Amino acid sequence: MNRVTLIALQLLVGVAFLLVWHLLTTVPVVDGKPLFAPFFFSTPLEVLARTWKDFASGEIWRHLGITLLETVLAFAIGAAGGIVVGFAFARRELLAAVFDPYVKAANALPRVVLAPIFALWFGLGIWSKVALGFTLVFFIVFFNVYQGVKEVSPTVLANARMLGMNERQLLRHVYWPAALTWMFSSLHTSVGFALVGAVVGEYLGSAGGLGYKIHEAESVFDVTGVFSGMVILTIFVIVLDTFVTAIENRLLVWRPDTAAKTA
Amino acid sequence: MSQGAALPVQSPSASAAAAARPDVCLRGLDITFALKTGELHAAVKNIDLDIAPGEFVTIVGPTGCGKSTLLNATAGLLKPSAGHVEIQGAALNGLNGKAGYLFQADALMPWKTAIDNVAVALEPMGVPKAEALKRAQDWLARVGLKGFAQRYPHMLSGGQRKRVALAQMLIRDPQILLMDEPFGPLDAQTRQIMGNLLLDLWAANKKAVMFVTHDLEEAIALSDRVVVMSAGPAAGIVGDFRVELPRPRDIAEIRTEPAFHAIHKAIWASLRVEVQKAYSQGEEAQQ
Repeated sequence: MNRVTLIALQLLVGVAFLLVWHLLTTVPVVDGKPLFAPFFFSTPLEVLARTWKDFASGEIWRHLGITLLETVLAFAIGAAGGIVVGFAFARRELLAAVFDPYVKAANALPRVVLAPIFALWFGLGIWSKVALGFTLVFFIVFFNVYQGVKEVSPTVLANARMLGMNERQLLRHVYWPAALTWMFSSLHTSVGFALVGAVVGEYLGSAGGLGYKIHEAESVFDVTGVFSGMVILTIFVIVLDTFVTAIENRLLVWRPDTAAKTA
Repeated sequence: MSQGAALPVQSPSASAAAAARPDVCLRGLDITFALKTGELHAAVKNIDLDIAPGEFVTIVGPTGCGKSTLLNATAGLLKPSAGHVEIQGAALNGLNGKAGYLFQADALMPWKTAIDNVAVALEPMGVPKAEALKRAQDWLARVGLKGFAQRYPHMLSGGQRKRVALAQMLIRDPQILLMDEPFGPLDAQTRQIMGNLLLDLWAANKKAVMFVTHDLEEAIALSDRVVVMSAGPAAGIVGDFRVELPRPRDIAEIRTEPAFHAIHKAIWASLRVEVQKAYSQGEEAQQ
């Protein structure tokens, strides 16, 4: 199937969904009322109008800015922590062996239950959300870096040592690029989790951000507001993901195409 | 242990080199591995081997006889259980800094371009980056990869990757070259081309070479001396043959020379016994 046909079909699905939604919520059926009450289901046009209004009035930008800041901070701090600890564990067998059960236990914990504690510790500002995102990102990056350092090809390593590299040079030319590869292969997942941490944190208690916006709309039964918030969140994720893909393509240029696709 | 083959001429230069202090000297080398079951597996036992400066020595033997183990002990990647390794008269302690190693498997850093892979070999020697890149470009040209400097390893063919690895090894100008079936994964034609390239580069700057292969024809075509190892476990050296064929050689053409056949016949007589032994052991292990 060629590209144009595929895109046309993909668009068709979206349009069909919106059309069905529109018809079910606007065309009167029983007692002059539509089958789905707009109060519960809103209508596509209303959601579109609200989204447009939010962007036009500029009111949404503040919330987007907060969520973006939290996401970026959670990702940056979580990734930095994951890299450092991942490296340390991979290079020091004893450390890894001693902490293994605790790492597994901490990772097994559903992170959402920590949100109220973080709100208590760090307040309702951005830092409690960053903390929640951190706990999610940290483990993904940690496991990937650990694996990456552990699974450096023995031949590549032996070769680098035969070239006379010292520990620092091995770190720079062999371990670090190998670990980065694994980290970047999980980049989409970890950025996604940073965002989940931010939005869930906002949802559970805050005064700004997309999660807050959605929660606020829900609390007054403003279904249009909820859907509009979801639409904005989706757009936000797509933009973020495109950005991540661009970074990935730039940094992993040395990888064969097949590997990049399966990652 | 060693038996000289009855070959036409004993070249004076080779015997003079042998008399000098060897670049590689293995004495009474035993290498034993602990298996997962707790048993000890003796890979090689009581190996004595000298390689003179500028001498190209190839080690042949049946699969699993410990050829690579011997190479790794000489490289310092593996510590012998008994005996000792001397490099240019000094006992080897840790990695062999005087040796370059060409691996059978891909050993290039996949995240570096061809030129960076070659240039990085100079970093441990403290060569400035700009200078290293210049010399790397020069070496890429010498191995016939002038226009491929910016390619990543996955964008190169198997033969081209070996060329980069060869440049990476030789740019450091090591005194001793260790090669572990380096052309094993390549197709027959590429092997011949790589063999000729190796001989050209070696002839220009003769170093002691310890080359491991299971391909006897390749061994004879390349070397000054062919050493035959017995079937494992506890493999030893059962034959040591001098190859008195004139240089420069062409790997493909030399195989048609009558002298080549005579040498091949002599070495094969010794190698065949070991190959059959290794084969029947394999059969027993399967039953």
